[in-house]
Amino acid sequence: MIYDIELETMPREELEAIQLRRLKTTLERVYFTVPFYNKKFKDAGILPGDIKSLEDLKFIPFTTKQDLRDNYPYGMFAVPMDNVVRIHASSGTTGTPTVVGYTSRDIDTWAELMARSLAAGGASRGDIIHNAYGYGLFTGGLGVHYGAEKLGASVIPVSGGNSKRQIIIMKDFGPTVLTATPSYILHLAEVAEEMGFSFEDFKFKCGIFGAEPWSENMRREIERKLHISAIDIYGLSEVIGPGVAVECREAKNGLHIAEDHFIPEIINPETGEVLPDGETGELVFTSITKEAFPIIRYRTRDVTSLDRTPCVCGRSLVRMKKVKGRTDDMLIIRGVNVFPSQIESVLMKVDGIEPHYQLVVDREDKLDKLTVMVEVGERLFSDEVKRLQTLEKKISNDIKEYLGISAKVKLVEPKRIVRSQGKAVRVIDNREI
Amino acid sequence: MRVEQISVFLENEVGRLAEVTSVLAEAGVNIRALSLADTSDFGVLRLIVDDNKKAKEALTENGFTVGKTDVAAVEVPDKPGGLHKILDLLNKNNINVEYMYALVHQDANNAVIIFRLDNIDEAIDLLIQNGITVINGSKVHKL
Repeated sequence: MIYDIELETMPREELEAIQLRRLKTTLERVYFTVPFYNKKFKDAGILPGDIKSLEDLKFIPFTTKQDLRDNYPYGMFAVPMDNVVRIHASSGTTGTPTVVGYTSRDIDTWAELMARSLAAGGASRGDIIHNAYGYGLFTGGLGVHYGAEKLGASVIPVSGGNSKRQIIIMKDFGPTVLTATPSYILHLAEVAEEMGFSFEDFKFKCGIFGAEPWSENMRREIERKLHISAIDIYGLSEVIGPGVAVECREAKNGLHIAEDHFIPEIINPETGEVLPDGETGELVFTSITKEAFPIIRYRTRDVTSLDRTPCVCGRSLVRMKKVKGRTDDMLIIRGVNVFPSQIESVLMKVDGIEPHYQLVVDREDKLDKLTVMVEVGERLFSDEVKRLQTLEKKISNDIKEYLGISAKVKLVEPKRIVRSQGKAVRVIDNREI
Repeated sequence: MRVEQISVFLENEVGRLAEVTSVLAEAGVNIRALSLADTSDFGVLRLIVDDNKKAKEALTENGFTVGKTDVAAVEVPDKPGGLHKILDLLNKNNINVEYMYALVHQDANNAVIIFRLDNIDEAIDLLIQNGITVINGSKVHKL
């Protein structure tokens, strides 16, 4: 279902006219209200009025995660605190957390975008949404929550953790839509199995999963295990939270970006040059309606490409490919670029493999060594050592063939790889560089 | 005439085997025979126990991956050439032995050996036709 038929299917020309008008207003506003942007524009010798077309956006300097950290906590806010009604923050696992704020209109915009996203995934008024995204400073939980209410669905704010209770709620409350990170969902599927339940007995029809990159093969695994249709959703707190982009259930081929609120660009991460549609690079966002925390040309570090060809669902909004990985998650193994999601794709082609894996990178004698840890479940196990060794060799050969890198495959016992309540830890890099 | 064997996946780490025996001891399961095959990273432990169901449940509950396979328990005369006669027979009939190990058993005249064979039913028929005693499952678990 399309939640906002007018805005989501608007002819591109009209949409671009709206984007330009909103962009100009936003640039004007940040120039006069946020000292950081004022200085940045001045240093680059640019005035907001110099931007006359959407193409001119490329003349404006980028904003990075480091800029947000340097202005911790409230330096990037464009309104007085009196007008801020909500504060969220990133986890800060890789440094100082980044703090973002919302006015009540921002909260409304966000709810609207999340309602659109849930509808795109197949949810509607009559649904009961089991929301297992974490509630708190993380935008996942509350983002889905407000969107679900906006849509008119019933939301169960179960949050993350306490997995056994989650299964009981699924059984007793009869939710029909599931929202969580994909790795947590697979963990819940295991817990359900251990408790003697099958997702087939639950009432779920679809799930909207995001907050971490996941592969096409992982989608098949989730759809098979949970007997649902699985949809990818994208967002980040710096831009607004979940709901920046979402797949449509009709195509499941790229995520439609809410272009009436955000302008996407793809750049070459090394040179900063803007790349044409179809080329893979780093995703950059400019918000054009946000009040409390406008963001200009923010480098997301997510790697993807854009596709403006029409979609079967009827939406005219540009599609971004499923995120391939992050520029900072990208492993360089003996000079070859590898994303964890690419290894995942290879693994998921092997019959019986569970989607629990971890990549460990070491440096021995100045050579990078990649070890892929794979858990051995009942479907993979054999009483013959020979077969298990053949399996290790097969996976290693497949990785070599598809990705061109040598990897050692190490079979490990079930649950040896730590399960996430939120985002999965896929890579352990022990190299001292 | 088949005997059910359970097998357990183990990482090659200090204490993993003891973890299995501790789980089985706590569940009151008696081990009749075992064999461990290993590589530098992992091992596969094969067990003949007195109660497969109880053993599998206890191990699975403790997070181990457990498999089940059918094997043959064959009586081997305790004298020179006893084992050779059996292997020779299997070999001549193109039946491959994946692995084998001995069962703990107090009987002065015969040893009992567990065979993992790639064509078990055909193999068992062949052994019986040639006058070799194949012990049935319920008896093996209680030996």
